[in-house]
Amino acid sequence: MSLTRSQVEGIAHLARLEITEAQMPVYVDSLSRIIDFVEQLAAADTAGVEPMAHPLADQTQRLRLDAVTETDQREKYQRNAPSVAAGLYLVPKVIE
Amino acid sequence: MSLHTLTVAELAAGLKARRFSSLDLTLHFLGRIERLAPELNAFVTITADRALADARAADEKIARGDAGPLTGVPIAHKDIFCTDGIRTTCSSRMLADFVAPYDATVVERWRAAGTVLLGKTNMDEFAMGSSNETSFFGPVKNPWDLQRVPGGSSGGSAAAVAACLAPAASGTDTGGSIRQPAALTSLTGIKPTYGRVSRYGMIAFASSLDQAGVLTRSAEDAALLLQAMSGHDLRDSTCVDAPVPDYVAELATPLKGLRIGLLREFFDKGLDPQVEKRVRDAIDVLRQEGATVTEVSLPSLPLSVPTYYVVAPAECSSNLSRFDGVRFGHRCENPRDLLDLYMRSRGEGFGAEVKRRIMTGTYVLSAGYYDAYYLQAQKVRALIAADFARAFGAVDVLIGPTAPTAAFELGAKTSDPITMYLNDIYTIGANLAGLPAISIPCGFASEGGKELPVGLQLVGPHFGESRLLSVSHQYQLLTEWHRRVPPGYE
Repeated sequence: MSLTRSQVEGIAHLARLEITEAQMPVYVDSLSRIIDFVEQLAAADTAGVEPMAHPLADQTQRLRLDAVTETDQREKYQRNAPSVAAGLYLVPKVIE
Repeated sequence: MSLHTLTVAELAAGLKARRFSSLDLTLHFLGRIERLAPELNAFVTITADRALADARAADEKIARGDAGPLTGVPIAHKDIFCTDGIRTTCSSRMLADFVAPYDATVVERWRAAGTVLLGKTNMDEFAMGSSNETSFFGPVKNPWDLQRVPGGSSGGSAAAVAACLAPAASGTDTGGSIRQPAALTSLTGIKPTYGRVSRYGMIAFASSLDQAGVLTRSAEDAALLLQAMSGHDLRDSTCVDAPVPDYVAELATPLKGLRIGLLREFFDKGLDPQVEKRVRDAIDVLRQEGATVTEVSLPSLPLSVPTYYVVAPAECSSNLSRFDGVRFGHRCENPRDLLDLYMRSRGEGFGAEVKRRIMTGTYVLSAGYYDAYYLQAQKVRALIAADFARAFGAVDVLIGPTAPTAAFELGAKTSDPITMYLNDIYTIGANLAGLPAISIPCGFASEGGKELPVGLQLVGPHFGESRLLSVSHQYQLLTEWHRRVPPGYE
């Protein structure tokens, strides 16, 4: 199945990825080829098969006490932030 | 024999006997890295000061007599593992200036074992690639032929160990990213069972497939290093709480009586004849030592690549949504508004292959396509896992080639993603089923006047690492392939 340019533009928007005008045809082509390739899964007989989300069967998520275990390391973590002020992450104005 | 061609086990013995100090070793490897790493582009960051401090601390421990089996041994980490206070890039522009605020569990455990950190190795961007050509920092070259790829995504780790710039290095394997580069550079590379090693601090690509492991010169070294990285960790909820066997002690298990399943689907028309010959020769060696070989068929296995290229991108699109240009990572200049900030930061910060996979994943998870692609892929994944489980009812290990060909030339497969994806045709199955698998050197193919390494792959049942390591070790006691060093790096 071939993807159209407008479909790929829609996917890029959902994925929050800006794709340049020059690159768009390359993605239309390669994503179409990938979708074509994975299309062969449709032919597999999976009637009655449970989808597998985790590679180890019978594993259950461990529960822990609802207690604070982390220490405050805000300053250390925010050293990697592009823009902070007074302990807050700054982004462009959201509400006009 | 020079220091840099020794195995970790040999280096550890030398340190213990005080034939050399950790500082001697560390200076020796740092010197080689300075001289030889640039032509291979194997490292993203060299941590010389840290290495010297680690080495001095190790020498003090050795002098005090409280050294462990790895104290003072230099290592390198794939740049996907967070290292506290050290730049951790995942070979992406997105994280080019990211300084990790904590150590990954694998980093912490190897450090606690007394290893010396030489540096962080180059890789495919976010571990997405099979040739190490998607790195923001440029491709890694294969020390066996600088015109060829080292495999990926742990290509920097593979090139560094193969060229004797480090005795061992960590790697991660989501679809073959430890085993395929190990095969292409003549190393031993093990991907443990899903959940055997903590993924805490290992930057996520596809969380139901990712697993940490190691690239070494021998199975014995892989046992030593896997021992030091394995085991339960409360900080990774998928890390399994089960005792870790003594991998080194179990290396002595003899080959006699081993039941080998020869994987019919791995000897398909895509397999290079020279690779097939080396792999069959290696199987004969095991047979002569008393192993029995039967042919096994896993009928759903040919669907593993398309299954993977639905499941892995789906998980990647979800995992990589954290890179938003707000809390860490690349941010575009002068964003107009929040949407523009997201779109341009991500559009600029991610390379072409990463964007392709995020978009593939977004598509297969989107409304109207979820059932047809993602759910169907998860069902086929269950069929593949069931095929493996059935096979392990009758055999101890499954055997075949690691990769369909020896190392290919740089640029040979970059134009068509499907051609590139098919490199992992023999390795992906183990990830989908969560099984441990190892690649070991089993000879060479000649191409264009060059000797190019070939890898033999063994796949075991869940938590069957001991047997994979012992079979590999026994094979390495009988053969010399793993001792070969690329010309010019002796």
